[in-house]
Amino acid sequence: MNSADEVVRFEDVSMRYGRGRDVLSDLNFTLAPGSFHFITGPSGAGKSSLLKLIYLAAQPSKGRIRLFGQDVSHATHMLRPRLRRRIGVVFQDLLLLRHLSAFDNAALPLRIAGRKPADYRNDVAELLSWVGLGERMGAMPATLAGGEQQRLAIARAVVNRPEILLADEPTGNVDHDMAVRIFRLFVELNRLGTTVIIATHDQDLVARSGRAVLHLENGRIETRPATGRAML
Amino acid sequence: MSEAFDVTRWRPAPFLPERETREGSLIFVVAVLCFLACLTAMGVLAADRAARGWTSQITGAATVIVRPRGGETPDAAAARAAEALAGVPGVSEARALEPKKAYDLIRPWLGDVSDLEDLPVPRLVDVTLDARHPADAKALDRALRAQGVDAAVDDHSVWIKDIRRAGGVVRGLGVGVFLLIAAAAGAVIAFATRAGLAARRDVVEVLHLAGAEDSYIARLFQARFAKVAGLAGLLGAAGAGVLGAALRLAGGGEGLTPALPIAWSDLLAVLPCPLVAALVAAAAAQFTAVRLIRDMQ
Repeated sequence: MNSADEVVRFEDVSMRYGRGRDVLSDLNFTLAPGSFHFITGPSGAGKSSLLKLIYLAAQPSKGRIRLFGQDVSHATHMLRPRLRRRIGVVFQDLLLLRHLSAFDNAALPLRIAGRKPADYRNDVAELLSWVGLGERMGAMPATLAGGEQQRLAIARAVVNRPEILLADEPTGNVDHDMAVRIFRLFVELNRLGTTVIIATHDQDLVARSGRAVLHLENGRIETRPATGRAML
Repeated sequence: MSEAFDVTRWRPAPFLPERETREGSLIFVVAVLCFLACLTAMGVLAADRAARGWTSQITGAATVIVRPRGGETPDAAAARAAEALAGVPGVSEARALEPKKAYDLIRPWLGDVSDLEDLPVPRLVDVTLDARHPADAKALDRALRAQGVDAAVDDHSVWIKDIRRAGGVVRGLGVGVFLLIAAAAGAVIAFATRAGLAARRDVVEVLHLAGAEDSYIARLFQARFAKVAGLAGLLGAAGAGVLGAALRLAGGGEGLTPALPIAWSDLLAVLPCPLVAALVAAAAAQFTAVRLIRDMQ
């Protein structure tokens, strides 16, 4: 696989926090552009840490990470923002800004990208309606229910049509119907070319998705190819 | 629950909350510093004007003390000196003062000596110099010696030098105090920026992760503190302007004292204060924020 065929490449990557033990050890895998992967594994297996390495919130203690064909193992201050604008992230703790309305939160990546409000406000409104927040666009996050906040975080992650979408337990606080709906949004984005990587405990969703799985256990990764037909 | 939300009227909200509770104290501190800076500026202008006034009063004149020689009366010696000086280029007028003037000058030290005929009280010649090309003390001295007059010329140069030096010291002190106040304001803003960044770590983190550059985030804090300092500068300048006007009104044409003759035009010195405060704050916030934000990644 040459660099044009891979959007993420890990070569012997290990990671640890401070002087602790490795939470990830000697990971080797590549993700092709437009692929769809789940990351599974028990709590503490390093799923969130793996995502942090991809969205450049952490650095490997060993090995090399390539993103969009560039070595980002020790990305500079100048490079990091440019790469992050190509990645959408649904954080496990959502990281919504409490003093901004749902609409402002969702539009945040577009503002940072320097887009003019007139160019995107209808798209943001449409997206919020799609995730079921059409009636709550002016609401502050604190007034939203847990599931609504999660959907808002997802809307913010996908609003600028990122090349990579990372989601850390994106369906943790929503009911089954909404989980399926959110999953379908990810599938739709994936169909448009976005590489989707979802860390989840939801084995049912994984099983019914018919998608490839990166299984993490004891800091090591095991690639499990897609099995069966997608039922979602 | 649904609330009305008109997408077409939506305007992006500031990434940093509009109001912070601690901003009141910050505005107060910066306003006080701006108030002091404005008073300093007005004080320097007034002191400078006083020094220039005094200098101009004594620059265009010289005083000659005439000592009569044997056989010549003091009045005759003074008249001869005045005549000799009147012909010197750069002298507009030379006038021997009446003896009473000389008695008046020594009265504070010796009392009334006008009835002591034998006391050799020197006579004075008041010389008015040409405003454009004034004669110097050497030229006056030469003319007097040529006429055989025993006299000492005082062109007030010692006083002028002292007044100019005092004026320079006041200006230097004023600039020093102004810079000190600006540095204090910058330090206060830097401290507030540090506190603001700590309080808004969540915003910085989200913006970073969404791809904002350090400089983009720093500009948010820069704009916020420039606005706060500009408002504080406005309040400080207004306070100093009101006080300056009160001093001008209370002291008449000479201001509160002759040493500080505040003029209405001095009040203009407060006008740049809000802009200067905003610029100092912007520089301090930018400098602090860029370094701290980089460490927060």
